[in-house]
Amino acid sequence: MSQPPRHTALDALHRALGATMTDFAGWDMPLRYGSERDEHQAVRTRAGLFDLSHMGEITVTGPRAGEALDYALVGHLSALAVGRARYTMICAPDGGILDDLIVYRLGEQEYMIVANASNAQVVLDAVTERAAGFDGAAVRDDRDAYALLAVQGPQAPGILKSLTDADLDGLKYYAGLPGTVAGVSALIARTGYTGEDGFELFVAPGDAERLWQALTEAGAAAGLVPCGLSCRDTLRLEAGMPLYGHELSTALTPFDAGLGRVVKFDKPGDFVGRQALEAAAEKAAASPPRKLVGLIAEGRRVPRAGYPVTDGSGAVIGEVTSGAPSPTLGVPLAMAYVDAAHAAPGTAGVAVDIRGAQEPHRVVALPFYKRER
Amino acid sequence: MSINPQNLRYSKEHEWLSAPADGVATVGITSHAADALGDVVFVQLPEVGAAVTAGETCGELESTKSVSDLYSPVSGEVTEINQDVVDDPALVNSAPFEGGWLFKVRVSDEAGELLSAAEYDAFIAG
Repeated sequence: MSQPPRHTALDALHRALGATMTDFAGWDMPLRYGSERDEHQAVRTRAGLFDLSHMGEITVTGPRAGEALDYALVGHLSALAVGRARYTMICAPDGGILDDLIVYRLGEQEYMIVANASNAQVVLDAVTERAAGFDGAAVRDDRDAYALLAVQGPQAPGILKSLTDADLDGLKYYAGLPGTVAGVSALIARTGYTGEDGFELFVAPGDAERLWQALTEAGAAAGLVPCGLSCRDTLRLEAGMPLYGHELSTALTPFDAGLGRVVKFDKPGDFVGRQALEAAAEKAAASPPRKLVGLIAEGRRVPRAGYPVTDGSGAVIGEVTSGAPSPTLGVPLAMAYVDAAHAAPGTAGVAVDIRGAQEPHRVVALPFYKRER
Repeated sequence: MSINPQNLRYSKEHEWLSAPADGVATVGITSHAADALGDVVFVQLPEVGAAVTAGETCGELESTKSVSDLYSPVSGEVTEINQDVVDDPALVNSAPFEGGWLFKVRVSDEAGELLSAAEYDAFIAG
């Protein structure tokens, strides 16, 4: 049954800016404002401003909040320092990935989970159910409590500094602190999904427009432009970052996705999926299944999600999960799951079946792009 | 005011066709189609001398998000392709009715279903 799309607090502003909108996980979101390649380059070289209010926030509070999250998620969240963030996952009992998450520890007894829009309900339901056995851990649906704006790119720190007294220099990557930006109360986090330095700002929806305008004005001289989800996808692809529904799914464990490091077997207590994930870890070590690799096209046709990867003669050895023309490298790129025998960087003869033609591709290690620090 | 030139005719697959001069007409895609595609990064055109058939695919356009088939609005023989647009596919976005033209065709047959500018305006207004 299809529901009417949801609109973020910045919807009127996007329309006034002439954005091309798209349905994304039930939300009407900006796909691009002008040229998505220009937006991509702005983030790589200057700064871009994103509305990410579709992301789903879930707050867990109480003296046993950390313990409940250790049980509900695969990470060791009770060990996370206050003010820090962690990339983690929530798995089904069979080890399949329900979602990938960022968890912020906002206080001794307060955590915020940020889930993908498409999975937010699943994550909320699972965390609520799994935390139910912990007296002293309360789960709150905060999806409507926040708008989320992101400022990403090398100029992002300078732009944000002009609007806040918060100690941004002391704010490390994957850390977050409460502060005031342009007179608006915000959780300021040094996170992103672009491969660049940058910040994500969680604010009350009623403050979103004021903050957007302040960032637009403060960033104008530095070349900040509004950016849509289209360039966000090519930015994360170049940075080799997985996207749920593409590189991650319920059919895969974190080990299948090459992200076994997020599973913390040595944390105290049991957690959902432990047994299945231990088996998955052993299997991945003994006989690696398909591996997630990077592919760079030799030609100009673009490998797209779902296209078969072949050994060049047509025998299928894998599948493309994400693909796009790369604005930074100027060639088509893809991430793909490929049989371990063909997954080593430099493996010869690998092709992608692009609508019937075997187009040669080079196997490379991820990421395709890494910023200079 | 329509942005679709009055002197062109249009297919429902969003190609435009110029009035033939000495039997040869120019083919491109409309600005409506170019906007919907987003930044075009690669165009694959039919070869000079190739026969194209009205309503059938004769090439493809790759944009950031997707690949789209290029349909020929008429039948005939390709006499020229736009090398500029092969070298710089962004011309399809910046000048779809001018420098972003795709190929020229010696028209042997029109399917008879091409739209006037006014009809195409109404068609894309849906």
